[in-house]
Amino acid sequence: MKWEKILVRYGELSTKGKNKKQFITHLKNNIKFSFNDIPNVKVNAERDRMFLTTTNDEEMQQLVKRLPKIFGIQSFSPVASCSQDLDDIKATALKIMDGLEYEGKTFRVTVKRTDKRFPMDTYEMQSYIASYVLQQCPGLIVQMKKPEIDLRIEVLNDAVYMMAEVIPGAAGMPLGSNGRSLLMLSGGIDSPVAGYMLMKRGVRIDAIHFHSPPFTSERSKEKVMDLANRLSHFGATVRLHVIPFTDIQQSIQAQIPENVSMTTTRRMMMKISDLVREEIGALGIVTGESLGQVASQTLESLTAINAVTSTPIFRPLISMDKLDIIDIAQEIDTYETSILPYEDCCTIFMPSCPKTKPKLEKVEFYESFKDFDELIKEAVENREVMSFPIKKTNEFENLL
Amino acid sequence: MIYFDNSATTKAHSEIINTFVAVNEKFWANPASIHEFGHHTNELLETAREQIAEILQTPSDKVYFTSGGTESNNLAIFGLANKYKYRGNHVLISAIEHPSVLEAGKRLSTQGFKVEYIPVNKDGVISLEEVEKLLRDDTVLVSVMHVNNETGAIQPIKELSSIVRGNSRALIHIDAVQSFGKMKVNFDELDVDAITISSHKIHGLKGSGLLALKKFIEVEPILFGGGQELGIRSGTTPVPLAVSTAKAVRMASQNIEDHVEKLQKMTNDLASFLQTFSIVKLISPENRAPHILTFSVRKLKGEVLINALQKEGVLVSTSSACSSRQIKTSHVLKAMHIEDDYIKGVIRLSLSTMNTLDEIQQFKKVFRHVMNVIKGE
Repeated sequence: MKWEKILVRYGELSTKGKNKKQFITHLKNNIKFSFNDIPNVKVNAERDRMFLTTTNDEEMQQLVKRLPKIFGIQSFSPVASCSQDLDDIKATALKIMDGLEYEGKTFRVTVKRTDKRFPMDTYEMQSYIASYVLQQCPGLIVQMKKPEIDLRIEVLNDAVYMMAEVIPGAAGMPLGSNGRSLLMLSGGIDSPVAGYMLMKRGVRIDAIHFHSPPFTSERSKEKVMDLANRLSHFGATVRLHVIPFTDIQQSIQAQIPENVSMTTTRRMMMKISDLVREEIGALGIVTGESLGQVASQTLESLTAINAVTSTPIFRPLISMDKLDIIDIAQEIDTYETSILPYEDCCTIFMPSCPKTKPKLEKVEFYESFKDFDELIKEAVENREVMSFPIKKTNEFENLL
Repeated sequence: MIYFDNSATTKAHSEIINTFVAVNEKFWANPASIHEFGHHTNELLETAREQIAEILQTPSDKVYFTSGGTESNNLAIFGLANKYKYRGNHVLISAIEHPSVLEAGKRLSTQGFKVEYIPVNKDGVISLEEVEKLLRDDTVLVSVMHVNNETGAIQPIKELSSIVRGNSRALIHIDAVQSFGKMKVNFDELDVDAITISSHKIHGLKGSGLLALKKFIEVEPILFGGGQELGIRSGTTPVPLAVSTAKAVRMASQNIEDHVEKLQKMTNDLASFLQTFSIVKLISPENRAPHILTFSVRKLKGEVLINALQKEGVLVSTSSACSSRQIKTSHVLKAMHIEDDYIKGVIRLSLSTMNTLDEIQQFKKVFRHVMNVIKGE
């Protein structure tokens, strides 16, 4: 079937007053970014909807396939076109219906007749097309109010436009419309989900990861790279900052009593993150912490860790259950990678019984015997920065 | 050697062999393994699947790698009939199908299905009027090949599907083993529910092929085990073969117009040459696939001609390679009611784009010589 264009309905951004134009511009740019391999995509943005067109059908299929990942889109519909010939209209209607799982669904036909020369009037045409479709597609139930399938037909001067399928989009806000934040990416299940949730609210993400060779393997770093790459599939470049963390961790081992070493480790990570955040001009720090999940995520621990900075720290998972987090991880395709069993820097020096209620003054007192700032500066300077997406398909290109 | 038996199998393209070797060297992990290596290999497998899905215009979770045409046909016949048996137990199969469809149908008829056969006309083309007559409310599956392997006759799939869609809820399966790469085969072009493709007929590797389904269509598996291939085809997916298949599918569907033009030119030339012999009769109809030309020599056994041509370095076959070792007459030719004088002497020339115009000229010389020796013509 020939798809003429795609109608895109905006997500939440359509409730924004004067900023709306900015949001739409962001969305437009994101669509162009996502489809930069299809140079012919034309975006025609209107106040409350957007139309996408391409030059051929193959590209259209690509759009349909990839649009559901772009934030800021509530839903979209491929629009078919045909001539004003009744047989043609019937055939097109049937083809559209064939693409849907219609059995047992409620159904109606809505006609808008812009071309008043068209021989049938609106009501005539509605019942004519509806009765034809009902004959051909058994199992449809007619319902005028809020049907599941609304076959919309628009008779224009030179053509007839038709659509029925409403494909849900990713909702949320266009990426970039809410600035940039730094995500602490450990390699576990939670942190990619936290990143995704912020991205969905329009926040661009840089990720930071702490690497302690030789205690943590190259594989665990690759795992985090894979996660960063997966996050970049949601329509924007994701930079990953890998911090050499071995020296700091060893100093902590030497200096800090075992039961609060975990708290200090987190505080150092937070300090480093804050420095990197400042350098890249991000406004907040995102973590995957969920209240009470582990010793470092009790209210007392969070307070002690948080004390090193006044930068806003976003914890979108703070009140979520682990199982709900896993659901999202599976949905965004990071779960399988996250559960790969490599040691990371949080697990290797894990004390046998870390304090769940560390006292801030005590932690600060222990830390005062060592000048960590120098080490921190060094770590930030020696970090490795990578940019995603990496185009893996290139590697396969010669094979396929 | 002049190889005119490309409908039996084709020579694997060197680039495809390279792919096979490279994947075996670099991505030999089990794609179901959880480690990065397995993950990476799986990514390659899924990219291959997506590539095929895109060419066939269907979602990528509807493409299943199999061991080839026979398995794909079996999967389609048993899998669709059983999955949708709540719609009925009546199955229609054309009389000229490949044995992998016919025998599967026969088996199905012992499992509570009523299987009927669509007759063909003298050109070897299914009769659409008969289809309309045979269709019933409880018809669940119609299976017709896109291009017949023995005669090259193109079957009217578009017309067939509009009749089937208009008169029943039956699913449509096409065996596109001979048509893929020579004609437009995808779910957008042809309104069908399942398509069988074999790799080794399009310069891919033996032992690989695929079954593709239209969006929303499902099959029941016929192989059970670890649930690979989205649960449809258990058994560790042979990634090197799958990737080679994806490459063969891509290469066959690229520049299809050029391929067709070249093949058409060669077989047209052969057809007009053969028609200069009074005892030669063309079996292939006017509307044939561009790469197949089947003819028969009056009162001559096909085998004699094959051996004589082979001596001169020209490899051809009787109407199909599968049946060429059997003594019984081809079911396709029987269904076409070919006259007795001609039914034994049937020869199939099947070309590929690897053949050259030069080879056509050489063939003519050899054929003239052989006919002179055998028949004194």
